[in-house]
Amino acid sequence: MTMNRRLFMGTSAAALTTLAAPALLADGHGKPRVIVIGGGSGGATAARYIAKDNKGAVDVTLIEPSRTYYTCYFSNLYLGGFKEMDDLGHTYGTLASKYGVNVVHDWAIDVDRDAKTVSLAGGASLPYDKLILSPGIDFVDGAVEGWSVAAQNAMPHAYKAGSQTELLKAQIMAMPEGGTFAMVAPPNPYRCPPGPYERVSMVAHMLKANNPTAKIIVADPKPKFSKMALFQEGWADHYSGMIDWIGPDFGGGNVSVDPAAMTINIDGEETSVDVCNVIPAMKAGRIADMAGVTDGNWAPVNAADMSSKADEDVYVLGDASQQGDMPKSGFSANSQAKVCANAVRGALTGSKVFPAKFSNTCWSLIGTDDGVKVGATYEATDEKIAKVDGFISATGEDSATRKATYEESEGWYAGITADMFS
Amino acid sequence: MQAKALLPLAVAAFMVAGAGHAQDSDAVAAGEKVFGKCKSCHQIGAGATDRVGPHLNGLFGRPAGAHEGYRYSKSMERAGVDGLVWTAETLDAYIENPKSLVSKTRMNFRGLKSGADRANLLAYLRSFSDNPANIPEAEPTAKGIDHDLDPAILALEGDPEYGEYLSSECTACHQADGSADGIPSVTGWPIDDFVVAMHAYKDKLRPHPVMQMMAARLGDEEIAALAAYFKDLE
Repeated sequence: MTMNRRLFMGTSAAALTTLAAPALLADGHGKPRVIVIGGGSGGATAARYIAKDNKGAVDVTLIEPSRTYYTCYFSNLYLGGFKEMDDLGHTYGTLASKYGVNVVHDWAIDVDRDAKTVSLAGGASLPYDKLILSPGIDFVDGAVEGWSVAAQNAMPHAYKAGSQTELLKAQIMAMPEGGTFAMVAPPNPYRCPPGPYERVSMVAHMLKANNPTAKIIVADPKPKFSKMALFQEGWADHYSGMIDWIGPDFGGGNVSVDPAAMTINIDGEETSVDVCNVIPAMKAGRIADMAGVTDGNWAPVNAADMSSKADEDVYVLGDASQQGDMPKSGFSANSQAKVCANAVRGALTGSKVFPAKFSNTCWSLIGTDDGVKVGATYEATDEKIAKVDGFISATGEDSATRKATYEESEGWYAGITADMFS
Repeated sequence: MQAKALLPLAVAAFMVAGAGHAQDSDAVAAGEKVFGKCKSCHQIGAGATDRVGPHLNGLFGRPAGAHEGYRYSKSMERAGVDGLVWTAETLDAYIENPKSLVSKTRMNFRGLKSGADRANLLAYLRSFSDNPANIPEAEPTAKGIDHDLDPAILALEGDPEYGEYLSSECTACHQADGSADGIPSVTGWPIDDFVVAMHAYKDKLRPHPVMQMMAARLGDEEIAALAAYFKDLE
């Protein structure tokens, strides 16, 4: 393995000298170089803020294979019929044209931390002074017995937004009358803690309108979940009798699936299902592992600047990082990216570095005009990102408050995506 | 036995309330004069109807923007939904500087700077609310107190560079180009209004859980820095 990797690195170094090197040297001579891997909430924000604030003093390269980024947040609203897929898509043109970010649509396939280079699937090897990893999540192999990525068409995860989300929606719309939708919910920690339960709400909303005798089963390994009281209240109000949530006390954590037969086995009891949304246990996106900055499933970081505990020139943002108290969310990644950008900018150009501040708010939609939210502020301590203060919507709020909360979430979506891509 | 014990207490309570009411009558009379500034838009008392502004009978204890039949600004409706209720304390802050409490209120009034005028006006308005004697007084120290921030806080010169860094926390929701769609704009505010509004969140006078939480951990210098930065943002 090591041998192969060395050989591969040798090849790409050769490719660099013949192809990529002249352009890179001519463009970047003398300027510090930042490479950002992953153009989601953390990566796009970091690239934008470093490029914007340095006004050309630092070369920023963003490596992201997709031309269009579909946000995972609000993708449940697409399932519920409240948003179109196009509403969730964002492109990188403005990062390139307005801020001069070098956007490279390619896969980063390796990181050599000694040589400080990143290898791309296309063959190039790019040097960096500071590397920011924001690769999001991958799934833990074998986390749900019977399921693998090879089965993701039969049983979609739809936890990376885009084609998977569209597939899941098509399957929901094609369910037979009175059919069964099953979800295998993930164990902690995972991307977007309220996400599976907002999804259950949105699927129920869709089915209530189109297939009101359909049933929803949720097998969950967790005894408690984010905004649990709010969701359960909403499910009783809007979708009474439709949703069967099976927690670990009733075997919700003991699950296997058979994608060929379209069955789910919960604690020994087999059920035929029409749609099965398997959300497996998660880990940091693979490049973090390849860069050697993970410890177990996630990449530990220093709270003050999001630098890796393994390498002070590598930073890890968002879902992939193991930072302490913040939930894995797009809002968190955006917040962490700004702290990181400030630190990286300071390290490379000597600009003033301000103390870290983090915050997060997560809105969820339970039914039409029935929005709820939870949020908190955080600070950097020596050990971790630690929670300072927080709030959550109350059960029993009046409908005007819930409607205002939903409208606020739409404003937030416009605001945070502008903060990343425009 | 119980009834007997209760009776003297009830009488005592009545006497206290009555005494308080008598003392307030001067304030009510003075407040009626101050109300002259409001009359061109607001009616109050028997037969009052909505004019340019809503009538002001029964104002105390009512959520903001909640009087049926009157078309409020979106901003005022939102404040009500967020939990703003008219009390002596919130009305005092609103009358002092309407836009600091409800950013885009349509009430086109510069505000009453004199704490004494506001206290008198509130005493007058209060007399037209249901059971005025039962309306809890703001804590005695709050009455007549000027809600002006410490002038030293308003005089702080914010560092726009620091403000720019801090603003990145705001722009996760509030758009830097000033667009307002579901979340209000925070750009181009006069510095004093911005500072007063942020301190109102910090002191939990102005409602909204996210903003109260965000403002709670901003120091005076940081609020000044944000005000300086956002003021000139285009």
